[in-house]
Amino acid sequence: MRRLRLAVMAVLALSVSTTAPRAFAQGQTVTGAVETSPGGTTNVPIPGADTVLDRRVRDVSQRLRCPVCQGESIQESPAELAAQMKGVVREQLAAGKSEQDVLNYFLAKYGDWILLEPRAEGINLLVYWIPVIFMLIGGVVLFMTVKKWIKPRPVAGAADDVAPDAAAPAGAELNHV
Amino acid sequence: MDWKRAFMVTGAIGAPFIALLAFGMTRDPRQIPSPLPGKAAPTWTHEVFAPGADPAQQRTVGDTVRLADLKGKVVVVNFWASWCLACRDEHADLSEAAQQLASRGVKVFGMLYNDQPANGVRWIADMGGQSYPSLTDPGARTAIDYGLYGVPETFVIDQTGKVAHKFIGPVTATALIAKVDSVLKAGGAGGADSAAKTAVPAKGAP
Repeated sequence: MRRLRLAVMAVLALSVSTTAPRAFAQGQTVTGAVETSPGGTTNVPIPGADTVLDRRVRDVSQRLRCPVCQGESIQESPAELAAQMKGVVREQLAAGKSEQDVLNYFLAKYGDWILLEPRAEGINLLVYWIPVIFMLIGGVVLFMTVKKWIKPRPVAGAADDVAPDAAAPAGAELNHV
Repeated sequence: MDWKRAFMVTGAIGAPFIALLAFGMTRDPRQIPSPLPGKAAPTWTHEVFAPGADPAQQRTVGDTVRLADLKGKVVVVNFWASWCLACRDEHADLSEAAQQLASRGVKVFGMLYNDQPANGVRWIADMGGQSYPSLTDPGARTAIDYGLYGVPETFVIDQTGKVAHKFIGPVTATALIAKVDSVLKAGGAGGADSAAKTAVPAKGAP
């Protein structure tokens, strides 16, 4: 039982550690937004220069799926529509909208589908939890199998080691391993 | 005994998972439900580049059409391009439907998607003309506003300015007319009077 609890905690810790950098990245881009909004109005692209606006456009574009190529983000897709959508992202960010505002605009037009990474809510949670659940089930199955394999052959006198109350033989076995 | 239990446990775990995957197989990943129907249609203001042959649908080339000015009418917007093969399939049906719907006060517009107006004009001539006018959409801004995935896509906008329906892929005259009729009927209960009121000054203005 304690083992199971440990396993669950490990999985939770893992999921927190994988989401934390993203939260941090979001925090970073938000501060970036404050920096750029005055400079963002100058719409003249400097050749070769990667401005803060460029970075923000890339951040948002990487999260939006291209409707033409469907497996790619609009950042990577060579499709004309993707380029135009990137133009819309740039315009809206330059106009002072936040990253989330821009994502919301595309969500209102294309629905949840437009996000390359599904939002962790509702039925989408299945996508996030099914692998974890199956890993846990697999782990339990593996544990049981291995336990069966390494189970010592019944030797005379082995029974003496077992606690005499014997109300929970399974628990007694666990103590052995 | 043990085998039976093993089968039952495997089944209990596996069956819902297989059912989920089986459900997934019934869905076409390229068909994406649009969140737009039921919501206010994004407004647009565009220039006419092809006039349209039907007198009731016709607009002068170079005119500006505003969706906002068409409130009270059912509007059909068809996104198309000269490079789009499926647009050829629907062209005759759409042109005929626009002619039939003109008598019901329905306005039909083509919206050129990622194409040169000159190509569009040539295409319309090649196809033997078109009953309704076509508009330009520079930079595909309106297409993106309508959540376009590809062409052709056709939107039916009701009298109150809401998106009533979205057709993905080529439409047939029967399907489009049936849809527009149901929108007209639904709007007829509450929207007809207000439509008549708003439509008259809007018509008289230009």
